Amino acid sequence: MTPTTPLLWQTATLERVVPQTARVSSFFFRLSQPFRHVAGQHVDVRLTAPDGYVAQRGYSIGSGPESEPGVIELCIEELEGGEVSPFFHEVAKPGDEIELRGPLGGHFIWTEPMGGPVLLIAGGSGVVPLMAMARHRAALGSQVPMALLYSARVWDELIFREELLQLHGARNGFDLVLTLTRDAEKREGARGRRIDSAMVMEAIDQFPEPPKLVYLCGSNAFVAAASDAVIAAGIAETAIRTERYGG
Amino acid sequence: MATRGFFGKQRDPALEARIPPGQALTEDFPVLSAGPTPRVETSSWKFTLKVGPRAVKAWTWDEFHALPQTKLTRDIHCVTTWSKLDTHWQGVMVDDLLGDAGIEPPTGFTLAHSYDGYSTNVPTPDLVGGKAMVATIYDGLPLTPDHGGPARLLVPHLYFWKSAKWVNALQFTERDELGFWELRGYHAYGDPWREQRYTGDP
Ligand SMILES: Cc1cc2nc3c(=O)[nH]c(=O)nc-3n(C[C@H](O)[C@H](O)[C@H](O)COP(=O)(O)OP(=O)(O)OC[C@H]3O[C@@H](n4cnc5c(N)ncnc54)[C@H](O)[C@@H]3O)c2cc1C
Repeated sequence: MTPTTPLLWQTATLERVVPQTARVSSFFFRLSQPFRHVAGQHVDVRLTAPDGYVAQRGYSIGSGPESEPGVIELCIEELEGGEVSPFFHEVAKPGDEIELRGPLGGHFIWTEPMGGPVLLIAGGSGVVPLMAMARHRAALGSQVPMALLYSARVWDELIFREELLQLHGARNGFDLVLTLTRDAEKREGARGRRIDSAMVMEAIDQFPEPPKLVYLCGSNAFVAAASDAVIAAGIAETAIRTERYGG
Repeated sequence: MATRGFFGKQRDPALEARIPPGQALTEDFPVLSAGPTPRVETSSWKFTLKVGPRAVKAWTWDEFHALPQTKLTRDIHCVTTWSKLDTHWQGVMVDDLLGDAGIEPPTGFTLAHSYDGYSTNVPTPDLVGGKAMVATIYDGLPLTPDHGGPARLLVPHLYFWKSAKWVNALQFTERDELGFWELRGYHAYGDPWREQRYTGDP
């Protein structure tokens, strides 16, 4: 961090849009001023109306630092009646330019030297910055034990599902525990209730020692409930870092 | 740079002058914090004024409530781009805390400390002269833990992370010492009207 240099706004070009679920798509932006981010960081995006009015929102960077030089992946959920997220889903087209600045955030981040074991807990689109951490670990071939406990409403709302199942299947110290709170069907390997302390203990079952770092991300209500579950599972409060998306 | 196809929400011209650049109005009360919500019992709650390392006065919950209680209605602005208008608060003005301790503002800088171990720095002139309070009531009800209860600092003219949640001490310091958030990329002062969100913003 260089304390005196302002983080300047830059233009970024939307290269491609990849649907993840019915309401969530990945938006890949090519940066005009490439930067290297740390897993967990976000950018601020700014949209300007013809009359000069500006709307600004934060979006986590889903790509890992190693993913694709000069390109970042934002993964945006369309919120009905929202000002910014529907713009990305309904208006933005490849080739469009938007303004953003980053990388931002110096607390909700994970680097390999910070060590582990690392427990990641995501609710819905809160998986985005945690995906960057999982991708970073995979790209490094890191041995740090990592587990992701991921809660969504239904199977088809699991963002990055296939990639996460693959990471899990590689059996190299990355564990995925899924839970679906509203799925009528029974899904192989997925739990069917809200996150509780028993589920947290199950997620860290493979760890050789208690998690050193716990990252929680999602809506405010989700983060509040999940941190209660983590504390009830006997994990030190001081290990927990949170990112709240609002709502 | 105008963004192709972006027009923004309908805006109320009467309110526009109250919304700093890059902010959007919300009816909700969003939450920003670095960790889990600490549960602090009012029976063990204590609030301390410090000059450097030295405690000059401390209040229990009951002693704090024997001080003059003031109501403030203010607009608040969160760095995650939410603004909320006309929020109603009640608590003890920092001026009245100093008065009860029998001191004048001893230094130009203050660190606010919280039960969760986090801190934020605010220049002392931004805390006195009717600008800031330690609030225990929001919208007529005891402040909930999620929003910083039992007590949070309220410095409404700065971005809301300066209004430290679960506050338990104000410490006057000789120099401007950065707090937890400010050491991790947030602006040292945080004026929403100048959009001082991150380190290095002018
Ligand atoms: C650090 C950070 C990282 C973020 N990363 C992501 C990300 O990776 N992907 C992503 O999709 N979003 C992310 N968000 C949320 C994002 O910034 C916006 O808040 C979101 O896209 C809604 O903006 P909007 O303009 O569409 O809706 P707005 O017009 O701002 O809001 C519409 C209504 O929805 C409510 N609302 C806002 N957020 C939510 C929510 N999450 N759930 C339910 N209701 C809500 C608001 O209170 C409001 O009433 C992040 C937020 C932060 C602070």
